[in-house]
Amino acid sequence: MLNAFVAQAAQATPSLLIPQLPDLIWGSIAFAIVLVFFTWKVVPRLNAALDARRDAIEGGIKRAEEAQAGAQEALEQYNTQLAEARTAAAGIRDQAREDAKRIRAELVEQAQADAARVLTSAQAQIEAERQSAFVSLRAEVGAIAIDLASGVIGESLNDKRSNDIVDRFLADLEVSEAAAAKAKA
Amino acid sequence: MLIRLLVVVLLVLVFWLGTRNMKIVPSRGQVMFEFITGFVRDNIIIGTLGEKDGKRFMSVLMTIFFVTLGMNITGIIPGLQIAGTSVIGLPLIMALVAYFLFIYAGIRRHGLRFFKNALILPGVPIALTPFLALLEFLSTFILRPITLTLRLLMNMVAGHMLLVLCFAATDFFFFTVLKDGNFLGLLGVGTFAFGIAFTLLEMFVAALQAYVITILAAIYIQMALAEEH
Repeated sequence: MLNAFVAQAAQATPSLLIPQLPDLIWGSIAFAIVLVFFTWKVVPRLNAALDARRDAIEGGIKRAEEAQAGAQEALEQYNTQLAEARTAAAGIRDQAREDAKRIRAELVEQAQADAARVLTSAQAQIEAERQSAFVSLRAEVGAIAIDLASGVIGESLNDKRSNDIVDRFLADLEVSEAAAAKAKA
Repeated sequence: MLIRLLVVVLLVLVFWLGTRNMKIVPSRGQVMFEFITGFVRDNIIIGTLGEKDGKRFMSVLMTIFFVTLGMNITGIIPGLQIAGTSVIGLPLIMALVAYFLFIYAGIRRHGLRFFKNALILPGVPIALTPFLALLEFLSTFILRPITLTLRLLMNMVAGHMLLVLCFAATDFFFFTVLKDGNFLGLLGVGTFAFGIAFTLLEMFVAALQAYVITILAAIYIQMALAEEH
């Protein structure tokens, strides 16, 4: 067999560079068959598979990136909201504190005003009552004194005169009382 | 010719099975298949021509690669023992395909300006232009297909010759010299070892030549597509 190859090779050597017609024809046909098959099936399938894989990988990476970006955004949003909420809470607290202070001051003022008014009105009332008591007491004391004096002297005193006497007496009494009070003070 | 027929049938069968059920998440077989096709596709074709042009010329270039590889490898397959590319027909056909492919690519891209770009180099003194144009014409349009053809053909022929020499010598030493009682016949062990070594070498050369012819075709197309020199 090997000797046959040697013989064949030896025969082929002179025409090595000159193509034989059947050689060209069959070579072309062989090449053409493979070419057609590759163009028709292999390369499209291969490209489709590889592109699909690349798309899948790129899609996966892209999706992951999108998810990450979304999470980042949500985090930032959350932080912003948190900060806003904190600011708002602080504002509300300050406002409440101020309100409380203001309300307290108002209440105190109101109470003080009320107390002052009550005091004033009470003092006025007391003064008025004292005055009326004083007047009625004075009249009663006068009448009693006159009755007493009438009884003592046995005759009714002239109204005009008796009243004058009583008044004078009371005035003297007041003066003496005042003097006593001053001396006491 | 039977060998070629066999190779064609095998190629079609392998690639039909290989691409029949390709998935995004590949099986083991698909990974192996994709390793080889992906090497040709990405490293040779897309690496040279870029994604867009690479896809335009992909099927032809892949055909050149796998036909060459298939036909080369028959040189060491027991029972076939001769490369389909060690006869001038097939290398010549593929060289001509590559030749017309890059001319076609150049004309499609640049029109007739392609020939001007290919022949007249910028920045050359006017006196030298015709001379260089002649040289460029020779190298681009005459020598390229010839070198493509002969490189592949001669590699395969030489490999075949080496294997024939080694195994014929082994045969001679064992069954002629040793049978006559001459211990010089033990030299056959050495020639046999060389034969094995050259078989491995041929395996490598088969793949290498497929790579070389494909990448050269791709580079020729790329040069034709390039804007200027």
